[in-house]
Amino acid sequence: MFWEQLLNGLTLGSTYALIALGYTMVYGIVQLINFAHGEIYMFGAFAGLILVSFFGVNLIVAMLGAMLFCMLLGILVERIAYRPLRGKSSRLSALISAIGVSIFLSTLMALMAGTNTHRYPDVIAHHTFHLGSLDFSLMQILILAVSALLMLGLQFMVQKTRIGKAMRACSQDLDASYLMGINVNRVISFTFAVGSALAAAGGVMVGVYYNAVWPYMGMMAGLKAFAAAVMGGIGSIPGAMIGGLSLGIMEIMGVAYLSSSYKDAIAFGMLILVLLIRPQGLMGQKISKKV
Amino acid sequence: MNGLDAAITQYIDPYYLRIMILLGINIILALGLNLITGVTGQLSMGHAGFMSIGAYTSAILSMQFGFSYLMALLAGAMVAAFFGFLIGIPTLRLEGDYLAMVTIGFAEIIRVFFLNFEPGGKAVGLSGIPQHTNFITVWLIALLIIALNTRLLKSRMGRAFYAIRENEIAAASTGIDTTRLKILAFTVGSFLGGLGGGLYSHYMYYINPQDFGFMKSIELLNMVILGGMGSIPGTILGSFILTLAPEMLRIVAEYRLLFYGALLVILMIFRPNGILGDVRIYDLKKRWGRKEVKTCQS
Repeated sequence: MFWEQLLNGLTLGSTYALIALGYTMVYGIVQLINFAHGEIYMFGAFAGLILVSFFGVNLIVAMLGAMLFCMLLGILVERIAYRPLRGKSSRLSALISAIGVSIFLSTLMALMAGTNTHRYPDVIAHHTFHLGSLDFSLMQILILAVSALLMLGLQFMVQKTRIGKAMRACSQDLDASYLMGINVNRVISFTFAVGSALAAAGGVMVGVYYNAVWPYMGMMAGLKAFAAAVMGGIGSIPGAMIGGLSLGIMEIMGVAYLSSSYKDAIAFGMLILVLLIRPQGLMGQKISKKV
Repeated sequence: MNGLDAAITQYIDPYYLRIMILLGINIILALGLNLITGVTGQLSMGHAGFMSIGAYTSAILSMQFGFSYLMALLAGAMVAAFFGFLIGIPTLRLEGDYLAMVTIGFAEIIRVFFLNFEPGGKAVGLSGIPQHTNFITVWLIALLIIALNTRLLKSRMGRAFYAIRENEIAAASTGIDTTRLKILAFTVGSFLGGLGGGLYSHYMYYINPQDFGFMKSIELLNMVILGGMGSIPGTILGSFILTLAPEMLRIVAEYRLLFYGALLVILMIFRPNGILGDVRIYDLKKRWGRKEVKTCQS
């Protein structure tokens, strides 16, 4: 029972982590809570659904297609709604702009697809594996494997490649990076693209796993993922991974052992508790303020 | 006063009357949030949580314990203020977006609590609340709050609030007790949130935990930021625009929210610091005064 719940928690948590990574990367560079990120995740889930049901592609191709689509969407959103504001307004104006985009995108999808829940066709065999007393499905393995692969890939990209180096430089000091000849706008676009692609992968997998996709799915998922990013220490990539996984586990355990009607309250309650003990999040660095 | 109210309901179209009452309530709520976020600079994204505490407390007190209208409103606001005080305490340690997350979490916990709260009718909501709130009461209270708020922001304490927003370390080093003032801002702000909630529940007749979700908090935050952070005229203008916009956008029917979202983005692109960014009644008076002097000289 316990191990099964732990596995469920890890599955849910790794999807939170995928979304949280987008929040944390964008935040790390432009200090913006990208509230439209949950909607990008929702668009990813729908893009995957359309690819699977109208073009009959398999799950992996659908996921790649959704990721590509959301990359473009993320770049577009950044161009239209955030770039004109950058540098000349407070961070809160950008936040309102992000909220505007979020309302716009979710309404747009509701107008196009209707407000009811859509189901994914059977794209993956309902096969259950047994390992001792532990039952797990093929989809769970796929979610865990794909998430792990994407996160390792991201970590490699950020630490080892040239663009990753530029991203790290930008997150330390945007102005100094600009002076050093880094094309800051391109790095920011790239960050939005990568974050959106990860969210899209999460969206497709959640859509298949829970067999439900609807236009307002982005809001709660976005909130939870933001909570995960903050819990891990916003701006920190390993923090988002750990935050996502622990939030997922806490939520599943809370439902299993405490009460299911308080599901969302448990997740947020734990988050507040973590922040009260460690105000900078689990992996965040304490930044001393300069006068 | 009852006669006046009767006259108002007779001559004003009920639809417009309803919008004006909701506008008054929104102004009270937004001024509370303005004090926390706009003036003191502590990003709160859970104002609807305080609103729901005020709404439920006052509704239950007046329905089941026979409290008079004003007493119920006051009690609801006091309970909300107490929770605001509790939330104010973590602000000592948390900053910026960490604080925002705690306020979001708090509001979500309150919502889930009321979804499971027996005396509040659980998910079905609470109905049959006596409809005491009318145009006169809302606007009397709103004008009183606006006047008090203007006095507060002009006072020594109000200046200290602005100082904390501008630079907390500098404020502390000039001898401002930032801790006490931040908690105070949260307490007063959530008192106003609870008051607005009480007025709301005694007007709507029926309340439901979903009325006070994350989107409501965001709507209130939009009012504060859109009008211009920290400015009372700005907050009133923001409340005015965002109360009216959904009504005006009824022409476009199902595309309403689409336009609403686009409107937020466009307004922010063209007026990044809010429509009346940091315009204060006090400054306006000074500016007008100065103009007169200039015309005399020339």
